[in-house]
Amino acid sequence: MGVAIAFWILAAVAVIAALGVVVQKNVFRVALSLILCLVAVAGIFILLSADFLAAAQILVYVGAISVVIILAIMLTRQFANGSTANTLRFPALIVSVLLFGLLAFAVLKTDWPSSTAELPDNTTFALAQQIFGNTQKLSENSGFILPLEISAVLIMAVVIGAIVIAREK
Amino acid sequence: MIGLQHFLILAAVLFCIGLYGALTRRNAIVILISIELMLNAVNILMVAFSRYVTPAALTGQVFAIFIMVVAAAEVAVGLAIIISIYRNRETLDVHKIDLMKW
Repeated sequence: MGVAIAFWILAAVAVIAALGVVVQKNVFRVALSLILCLVAVAGIFILLSADFLAAAQILVYVGAISVVIILAIMLTRQFANGSTANTLRFPALIVSVLLFGLLAFAVLKTDWPSSTAELPDNTTFALAQQIFGNTQKLSENSGFILPLEISAVLIMAVVIGAIVIAREK
Repeated sequence: MIGLQHFLILAAVLFCIGLYGALTRRNAIVILISIELMLNAVNILMVAFSRYVTPAALTGQVFAIFIMVVAAAEVAVGLAIIISIYRNRETLDVHKIDLMKW
């Protein structure tokens, strides 16, 4: 019962904040709506018992990405009436509603498999085991070591690339 | 009783709202924000499937972590490009950034 109440509140906040993102004219308010939506999604992650992901969502999205977005909005100084719609409003509305209808139809008509296996009560340790693999038997389960290394290289390239692109000539 | 389908429908709603924003807005930063919304909807999907279909394996949560990494990288490079465009052309309206359009 408590889970249901929390879900409906968080879902309503997330959807209203997302609508605020696409409807409002002031770009600064758009960014603030995005932050509200991200916090609601972090609450949804807690409902799904993904505690590490909820913390990462708050730290990475609410802490870092939103600050960078607000910094860019401040630098470009076009926030008063900056977010107007283009001429594609009605075709885009039709496409979005059609896509949602299709997705909802697929979700409701499919008989999803569900498991009743025990959840680990703390996902951080289990996630670390998933990503880094079982180090005792390296040949059997190496986890996600290669994608992890590639994402480290990606972050390095992004830091250098962002500095090079945004630098004053 | 809240089940898997509730979370899937919520993710579909958020994804379609983000798609509408990405297709209709004229400000480049708002388009980037809408893409962030869509990525978040996909993250909800991943975690919901991980929670209800394979609760012990947590593979969906690992995918969600990698999506977060790539989304952070995308925002950093995208905003750098947007600031560079603003410095050169004094506008963020994607209809006026038409150098490569014919």
